[in-house]
Amino acid sequence: MRSEKMFIVSHAPFWHNGSNVAERQFGMLLAAMPAVALGIVHYGMPAVAVIALSISSAIFWEWLMNRLTKRTITVADGNAALLGLLFAMLIPATTPWWVVLAGTFIMMVIGKHIYGGIGSNPFHPTVVAIMILSVSWGAFFDFNGALVNYDFSFNAIYPLTASKNLGPAALNDFSTLNLLMGRQVGGIGATFGFGLIGGGLYLIAKRYIRWEIALSFLLGIFLAALVFHLAAPDKYAGPVFHLLTGYTLVGAFFLLPEDSSSPVNPLPMLIYGVSAGVLTILIRNIGVYTDGVLLAVLLMNLVNPLLDKIRPKALGKVG
Amino acid sequence: MMNNAFSRSATTALHYELLHQTPLGPQHVSSSKTATLLIEEKLERQSQLALKVGDTVQAGQKITPFTDRPSYTIASVTGTVAAIRPMPGDFGKHLTAIDITLAGAEETAEGPGEMTPTMTTLSEWLAGAPGKPPLHLFQSSEHGIHTLVVAGVDADLLVATNQFVIKSEMHAVNRGIDILKEATGVKRIAIAVPRDLVQGFGHTGADELKAISSAYPAASPKLIIYEAFGQEIPAGKTCEELGFAFFSAEAVASIGKAFDTGRVPFEKVVTLVDKQGRKTMVSARIGTPVADVLAAHGITTGDMDRLILGGPMTGSAIYDDQMPIQADTDAILVQDAGDVSLVSDYPCINCGECVRACPARIQVNMLVRFLEAGQYEDGADLYDLYSCVDCGLCSFVCVAQIPIFQYIKLAKYELSRLTAAEASDAQ
Repeated sequence: MRSEKMFIVSHAPFWHNGSNVAERQFGMLLAAMPAVALGIVHYGMPAVAVIALSISSAIFWEWLMNRLTKRTITVADGNAALLGLLFAMLIPATTPWWVVLAGTFIMMVIGKHIYGGIGSNPFHPTVVAIMILSVSWGAFFDFNGALVNYDFSFNAIYPLTASKNLGPAALNDFSTLNLLMGRQVGGIGATFGFGLIGGGLYLIAKRYIRWEIALSFLLGIFLAALVFHLAAPDKYAGPVFHLLTGYTLVGAFFLLPEDSSSPVNPLPMLIYGVSAGVLTILIRNIGVYTDGVLLAVLLMNLVNPLLDKIRPKALGKVG
Repeated sequence: MMNNAFSRSATTALHYELLHQTPLGPQHVSSSKTATLLIEEKLERQSQLALKVGDTVQAGQKITPFTDRPSYTIASVTGTVAAIRPMPGDFGKHLTAIDITLAGAEETAEGPGEMTPTMTTLSEWLAGAPGKPPLHLFQSSEHGIHTLVVAGVDADLLVATNQFVIKSEMHAVNRGIDILKEATGVKRIAIAVPRDLVQGFGHTGADELKAISSAYPAASPKLIIYEAFGQEIPAGKTCEELGFAFFSAEAVASIGKAFDTGRVPFEKVVTLVDKQGRKTMVSARIGTPVADVLAAHGITTGDMDRLILGGPMTGSAIYDDQMPIQADTDAILVQDAGDVSLVSDYPCINCGECVRACPARIQVNMLVRFLEAGQYEDGADLYDLYSCVDCGLCSFVCVAQIPIFQYIKLAKYELSRLTAAEASDAQ
């Protein structure tokens, strides 16, 4: 009396909210588009070349690692493309092709795949790559030197260099509106304030990033910079300047909240974000590096597993 | 499905639906040719059977198929026994199925007749009544039940059976409550109903009325105790260990009806949800094949469809549409092949959606890493496996589509086997 029909049998639940990994990656690619578009407008074809090479080589390294480790080919989930784009967004448009290749290799192999691929990387792969490269070939990442042959309609000194070496008095050209409109030099996709904020809000609305991390990071930067500024206004730039320059915004929405390397519990997310913000300002104002975002991200990635142990007591948990 | 970025909980997207008016129905469905009764006993080659193929049974007759075991069922149809066969259940359970071929004319057996409200009478006749009253909780003194909760809410989404029963059969429910009070001696009886419908319950036989939130999974027993009674069930403990017994409204109504009529009821109310999501309240005798219910409502099924007994979050999928309606089958859900959601073997990407969704505040992202590796004990010790209330929301929101809920159920099952083995070794 068995029926002949072949029904699908599986475990509950039988509904799913429809989210998936690829949707998340492509959503982040989309969110980065406005900032990248302005980068292309500013830097022209060299920027397009860097972006194209970065994305395609990142995809190639992912494919190669999948083959070598005999795992499913995961190129289609969009994560490699996203990391490739993020890498291009952080570097100058004049970066030589071999530096891009080396960078995406470090990012995909050392940053991601030796840990087991997506979801397992303890650090943001892109940040790992940029940090290693800037230690090895720092000259290519000095925006003032790298972009010296461009003729911009705005002040072409890297804002953070100006603030660090010349003091706040030299920052008159960098009005808040200019910074928001991307009228500053920097990474290909890291300078357009409005674009990055819009993209970030999109990511938050779609739940592609954890908003607690992004907002607490910005809050940390604001508060720390405010303290410095109030203590010595002629020595340290104001908080809004720090929010809109360097890698702050790209870090807040694309680097710091990266799923695998950031906490998921409520309190840890806030500590993680605020600490990264404060660290960034400490490095910028006191440390030797011009920008502190990448180092702050790496350091907070490092303590993330420890932070995430702070968690609410589960239902019915005794003691 | 709506996502609300700023809410701590993704569960705001999932709400129980309310039956605002007493709906029409239930629409009765009869078995066409056969009925199958299930008994929770293992059928073995050497089992001593009091029933054999070819025996005739009458509707309402009490059948105790094993000579050496007290398990019984009440025949819901009149006919001849066509087969007695073993049937595998979920998670290693063994059942015995009795197939009955329907006779042309219905003869009804004499029921228990006039009954006295004692636990003995109740457990002699009503353990398998529609709604499946958990009478065993009162048989051993180990539990010490002090509160009996009559659930006029359904724990899973889409299911409306108990809401329906408590609205349309309030008289029987009240009668059942009176009988249970007398038989069990429990001092405190509470009725749990959806918060928005609470005004409709002026006079009940219960001592208290508890309003249950409409946000899934507020109607699951552990959360009812947590939110409505303000008690937290310690991880790994059951509701009955804390002295709470949950009776579905239908189970209580069955008891009331049995005492009113002198017969054990066998009509089960079932929420039938078709492929378009349309909901019908159906009543069918226990033992009626699911296929008969679907046929009576013009629902056709095909390969790769999914047939689910119970709701979409916690029900169980069946492989055979000849599976019978059982005393606790509150819903039949039919999913078209195109709507079937599947799981993947993708790794956890640590997005944190499950942590936001979990009503038990479990750090699911870490738990699932241990469970995937088969480290069930570590999962229980370090990441609160036993706090889980089995709602399935983690799987529902999982971006990587990991079958988290299945891992959790498997882990609990494996650990219970381990504990059982250790206990028997110790003896």
